[in-house]
Amino acid sequence: MSTLFGKLTLEAIPYHEPIIVGAVGMMVLGGLGILALLTYFGKWKYLWNEWVTSVDHKKIGVMYVLVALVMLLRGFADALMMRTQLALAHNSGGILPPDHYDQIFTAHGVIMIFFVAMPFMTGLVNLVVPLQIGARDVAFPFLNTLSFWLFVAGAALVNLSLGVGEFARTGWLAYPPLSGIQYSPGVGVDYYIWALQISGLGTLLTGVNFVVTILKMRAPGMNLMKMPIFTWTSLCTMVLVCAAFPVLTVTLGLLSLDRYLDFHFFTNELGGNPMMYINLIWIWGHPEVYILILPAFGIFSEIISTFSGKKLFGYKSMVYATAAIMVLSFLVWAHHFFTMGSGASVNAFFGIATMIISIPTGVKIFNWLFTMYRGRVQMTVPVLWTLGFIVTFVIGGMTGVLLAVPGADFVLHNSLFLIAHFHNVIIGGVLFGYIAGMNYWFPKAFGFKLDERLGKASFWCWLIGFYLAFMPLYVLGLMGMTRRLNHYSNPDWQPWLIAALIGALFIAAGIGFQVLQLVVSIKNRKALADTTGDPWNGRTLEWMTSSPPQFYNFAEEPRVHDIDELAYRKEHGIKSDLKTSYAPIHMPKNTGAGFIISAFSLVFGFAAIWHIWWLAIVGFVGMIVTFICRSNNDSIDYYVQSPEVVAIESAHHQALAAAAKA
Amino acid sequence: MLRRLLANSTLSCDMKKHRNPRLFRLLALCSPLLLAGCGMTLLDPKGQIGVENKNLILTATWLMLIVVIPVILMTLWFAWKYRASNKSARYEPNWSHSTAIEVVVWLVPIIIIAILARITWVTTHELDPYKPLQSEVKPITVEVVSMNYKWLFIYPEQGIASINELAIPIDTPVNFKITSESIMNSFFIPQLGSQIYSMAGMETKLHLIANHVGAYDGISANYSGGGFSGMRFKTLAMTDNDFQQWVAKVRDSKKVLDKDTYASLVPMSENTPVTYYSSVDAKMFESILHAPMATGMAQQHEGHENHGAMDMKGMDMKGMDMKMEMKGAGTDAATAPAAAANVQNGQSMTMAMDNAGAHAMHAGTAAHAHKE
Repeated sequence: MSTLFGKLTLEAIPYHEPIIVGAVGMMVLGGLGILALLTYFGKWKYLWNEWVTSVDHKKIGVMYVLVALVMLLRGFADALMMRTQLALAHNSGGILPPDHYDQIFTAHGVIMIFFVAMPFMTGLVNLVVPLQIGARDVAFPFLNTLSFWLFVAGAALVNLSLGVGEFARTGWLAYPPLSGIQYSPGVGVDYYIWALQISGLGTLLTGVNFVVTILKMRAPGMNLMKMPIFTWTSLCTMVLVCAAFPVLTVTLGLLSLDRYLDFHFFTNELGGNPMMYINLIWIWGHPEVYILILPAFGIFSEIISTFSGKKLFGYKSMVYATAAIMVLSFLVWAHHFFTMGSGASVNAFFGIATMIISIPTGVKIFNWLFTMYRGRVQMTVPVLWTLGFIVTFVIGGMTGVLLAVPGADFVLHNSLFLIAHFHNVIIGGVLFGYIAGMNYWFPKAFGFKLDERLGKASFWCWLIGFYLAFMPLYVLGLMGMTRRLNHYSNPDWQPWLIAALIGALFIAAGIGFQVLQLVVSIKNRKALADTTGDPWNGRTLEWMTSSPPQFYNFAEEPRVHDIDELAYRKEHGIKSDLKTSYAPIHMPKNTGAGFIISAFSLVFGFAAIWHIWWLAIVGFVGMIVTFICRSNNDSIDYYVQSPEVVAIESAHHQALAAAAKA
Repeated sequence: MLRRLLANSTLSCDMKKHRNPRLFRLLALCSPLLLAGCGMTLLDPKGQIGVENKNLILTATWLMLIVVIPVILMTLWFAWKYRASNKSARYEPNWSHSTAIEVVVWLVPIIIIAILARITWVTTHELDPYKPLQSEVKPITVEVVSMNYKWLFIYPEQGIASINELAIPIDTPVNFKITSESIMNSFFIPQLGSQIYSMAGMETKLHLIANHVGAYDGISANYSGGGFSGMRFKTLAMTDNDFQQWVAKVRDSKKVLDKDTYASLVPMSENTPVTYYSSVDAKMFESILHAPMATGMAQQHEGHENHGAMDMKGMDMKGMDMKMEMKGAGTDAATAPAAAANVQNGQSMTMAMDNAGAHAMHAGTAAHAHKE
């Protein structure tokens, strides 16, 4: 242990582990390749000016989704390794050393929840919500860029842990006493803590940002019950973020105090109690999964309504159901640990509360079905994902209600049945939703559609792959197999685990088709171009802008009459004509402060992990000083003048006219 | 329901007919048809608690299929009938509300959940792990300690102990008292039913019964670190005579479980072979249970003033196997007698290392001033 380098030594780099060296090697080569390309094409300035310092919610949204997709590759690689290991490890050590495997399943969970699902959600909400409410940007554009780069800093720490040191070997929620300093003395849990604290701060700021944006920045005439349904679900989601994420921050903070300063919140001795951690982490953890699923519900509502050419059935009850789910999600956390011995009445209360959530959820499903009823349903890629979702999610919901019965949970807790259940709802619900949303809003973001055929191929591979990979896990749970095993001796389990591996390979093909879809679509972007900004005959305001939208979104704040405002306008022949002059538009300037503060946070996090105290101080002070400089900066906004607006708007109107003629 | 079930010590097929209402019998009959030949442990329980667990799984599933199957069928049917290319289907783009439908889609799930909620309330209390089983047969008590990474079973009534092998007589309620040496685990015998967490410094309880002779796998169902996958034990459910023979076999062992043997078990080890201990200290379980709390309680009494005796920070422990006398960690009068007793009982603290260099600290049989 040295003052200059803390606990960091050359031994931290796992030279002698071929799989890790291979993975890190590929990541480093990939990264260097990108840097080389950027230099060769002279794009550094462009990258900095147009993306890194951007405060534009649309660009931030795109960056969130991009990082989410990259992290999906890493999280999925973890999954493939796990499936392969289990298919092989009957009475054998398999292909992965146990301490490596234990890091992999921890990293898989952490990456998929925090660095794939959350940013995917945040990205889509960022891209779409301000457009849907007729606003020019979010309420706090600087906080938005800060949130994004803090998230990237967290993701960077997780990726660094692969090559420098180790990751946690505790499972994705890092229960003590295993995660305490006594039983996890290495840096793994510290990587976990700081990655989540830093990105969690970003998430909390996003929550604040969007609650304010949605409540205060809607276009005139758009009262709450006229908001698009995706905006409603985003609002409820962000309220959950504001209420839940502070709990995560505090809980990890308490764990840090235990680990760094010999406190005893969660230890076995000196008055500590690990049960407190479990309660706290799940008080955050349960709302978290509703944070993930509610926006997906909103996406499905938008998609099924638009592609059925029909108003969403039961808008009001959709809103009330969403709000009910939001509130109830805080009342169910103990169902994650019925087996911890809370007593029958407590367990029964939480079990029943959990079941009650299935009522508003069921209402939503029926509302989607009756939106299709007497509609004209186009079987586009987003609709396929929606249909796949409905079928898959109800099965997952059913097993969820089953697990909510404590007497059943007593034999199913922590088994592969549980694993199958939550993957059922997260993949079938969350991931299908975000992929559907990505296909749906891609043309809005980039000006051209994604290739339909490859999209459909991807969907079918994902759907078949999901069932093949996870239905066997339900069976294995019923056969008594518990989670997080890295080898086993029961021969009856192996055929099911092999089937699960084949399912994972189908999913790999699905991901492969998605990558191919992106590549081919970019190549064919002229043929796939969206010239009007409204490729799907949309019903909500985002389709009124060009694709990609004008950087200020709307030349004039639109006046809103009804739910599905754009559909209303089309029905009543209301058009917005090109004007000869527009009022100046107030826009925020780009800033590098978000990036710089986050860079310092990365330094701080890394230093805290390795106990390099001088560097931690540098990082922390750097964050504060940069923030103070930003706060004292008065030149943070500007006005877009009329001539520029006129030029952009006339280009858009010309494109609309050309398309009308065609 | 449970009370009636266990009124007789032996459950036969006849008993099943009497106690099961028709519905459950139907369910029990149907399920093997659906899941025949899959070897699903949880659906083939060998003990009454497991039977109850399984019935709940099946009942809840059937109740929900009432909604799930129609939903799946409706999804596929609506998507097919109202596909855009089917111009003959009615198209009503502005129809978006129907009170009748709203009533049905709210009410039907509410009714189903209300039924399930009542079932949940009743069965959660019936299946409370802490609830002793009603039986005329005298229960046996087994104390369970999850260690890193093996299971220690102490039979206080027989005065014996074993590692990774649990023998129990069939048709006899077993009262488990469970704790952990350090890391949280979950004590689970899938073929017999419910599990419960094992946590250091805390005692959890579980009541199970085996109704069929057999050897059942036992596991930990909560990940506890490197040796977790190997943390398995066998549950041998045997006739009374065989059980007495097993007890005699254990009593033949040369090994005894005392403070020193226990201390030697504490360091991390994996795939520990079955071990028998012919005798065990009378208060072994209690001392394990209260061990982590000893210093905590002592500290609290002193008002956290004196950390001296337990403060190991900064001491380089690598490779050392230390025994330390704990000379009563405070001046407070209330703890002085306890502390003196500590010294008298030959307090020892053993420090042991795992290969990661962690300190698996265990304050041996430190007595404590509190009775729970």
